[in-house]
Amino acid sequence: MENIRGLSIFDIIGPIMVGPSSSHTAGAVRLGLVARSIFGEQPQSALIELHGSFAETGRGHGTDRALVAGLLGLEPSDERIPMSFDLARDCGLHFQFQDVDLGESQHPNTVHFILSSADRKMEITGSSVGGGMITVTRLDGFPVNLTAEFETLLIVGEDRPGTINAITARLYEEHINVAFFNVARDQRGGQAIMIIETDDTIPGGLVEYFKTFPWVHAVRRILRLKE
Amino acid sequence: MFTSLQSLIELAESRQLPLHEIILQGEIASSGRSREALQADMTRRLETMRASVDKGLASPVHTLSGLSKGNAHKFYTSIRQNDAALTGSCLSRAIARAMAVGEVNAGMGCIVATPTAGAAGVLPAVLLSLQEARGFTDEQLVNALFTAGGIGIVIVNRANVSGAAGGCQAETGSAAAMAAGSAVELLGGTPGQSVHAVALSLSNMLGLVCDPVAGLVEVPCILRNAGAVAQCFTAVDLALAGVESLIPADEVIDAMERIGGRMDERFRETAQGGLAATPTGRALAQAFWTRTRGEKTNEF
Repeated sequence: MENIRGLSIFDIIGPIMVGPSSSHTAGAVRLGLVARSIFGEQPQSALIELHGSFAETGRGHGTDRALVAGLLGLEPSDERIPMSFDLARDCGLHFQFQDVDLGESQHPNTVHFILSSADRKMEITGSSVGGGMITVTRLDGFPVNLTAEFETLLIVGEDRPGTINAITARLYEEHINVAFFNVARDQRGGQAIMIIETDDTIPGGLVEYFKTFPWVHAVRRILRLKE
Repeated sequence: MFTSLQSLIELAESRQLPLHEIILQGEIASSGRSREALQADMTRRLETMRASVDKGLASPVHTLSGLSKGNAHKFYTSIRQNDAALTGSCLSRAIARAMAVGEVNAGMGCIVATPTAGAAGVLPAVLLSLQEARGFTDEQLVNALFTAGGIGIVIVNRANVSGAAGGCQAETGSAAAMAAGSAVELLGGTPGQSVHAVALSLSNMLGLVCDPVAGLVEVPCILRNAGAVAQCFTAVDLALAGVESLIPADEVIDAMERIGGRMDERFRETAQGGLAATPTGRALAQAFWTRTRGEKTNEF
């Protein structure tokens, strides 16, 4: 007999979270947090499009405040989540909500962020899939699968030979074990995206090192979600 | 070991250890973390539970929707002024505590989801009320939380704890079962009696539908937490007196899973059936949505 779903006691006695709903509140905070992490900094402006149950019942569950709280870097247990709209004003984050229909294939609890700062813009789609767990499914048009259950390295660069080897060789030297590895591209020789989920902590210096590769456009280290 | 309660009893009996110790050792093995780190994490959860109870009792909590207004505070004030509650001093206080956490949750306060946010009132209410009545230490309560968590893992491995998948029986029913099993252990019962309490409490909550008014985790969820506490206390007293469930706990959990699977979608958190679909339930939902849609262009 074994624990077939690999559950921890703290999946049952937890998470510690601001209510009222693990999927509509805690999961929404996490989606905002991961979007902020992928964007690399707090955006100056956010268009937040709500799909399905997020659009229909989200406001009753504080989903809107939770998403903004995440973009501001608050954790799901932060009691300032209900006041996130005021905090956004203080922090210089302009936001706007809109209801959208992203199609039947989308999970009912889905959000599409369009984040921007002075010189750049990024689109991120993610879903809250239950119990506070999330999945980022689209990143600037690329289909991805990112759960932030692991520490994650996100590398955007040119689609050309040898790039995967260059990255993984260095991970090997640093004794970083890869749990999941996902590569996608828009077209042959175009832009490619690598999502590398690791068991071990990725040192900040490694992120800076990967940025020095001439074919790399952007590198992000996405921290594992706590609680 | 976490796929059947029977195997937990057998382990506890063969090793001559309490359930919480068997479960804690299992967690140490599967997580690779130290006993002290796990106990510290659990203590933090106990402290959050206590804070959420205190917050909901200290003053009336106003929820986002305005559907419920400080009933926990109202009831707690009443039972303290006049000790005439039919449920008695310990149970009535536990009921107040369960509602307090439910209201804090609905008011976007901080809680510990056990096993879910909607059912988060039951376990803190039962354990903190037993502490008040019988003087258990925080360390004993932390042990009880490990027992409750282990029971919860078995339920998730055999069935589920989500209202959308299995109705309210899976949420407040599981919470009552987890609380009952851990309370029996705390009160000196055997592992076998703990598991009978799980079976007895869950048996009395089979078939309960998930029918939230306006889809909010509020009505009837907050009061269902109170009802679950009463079912838990009933099962605990019966089990400690040696009353046994004819149907073994693992089979009761399996029955809950099959009932949940056959439950009409209207009764699984969609707000389309039960109390949500009554004339008053629909009118409250309508009024709420009209009001929130008016605020829909949230913008800064």
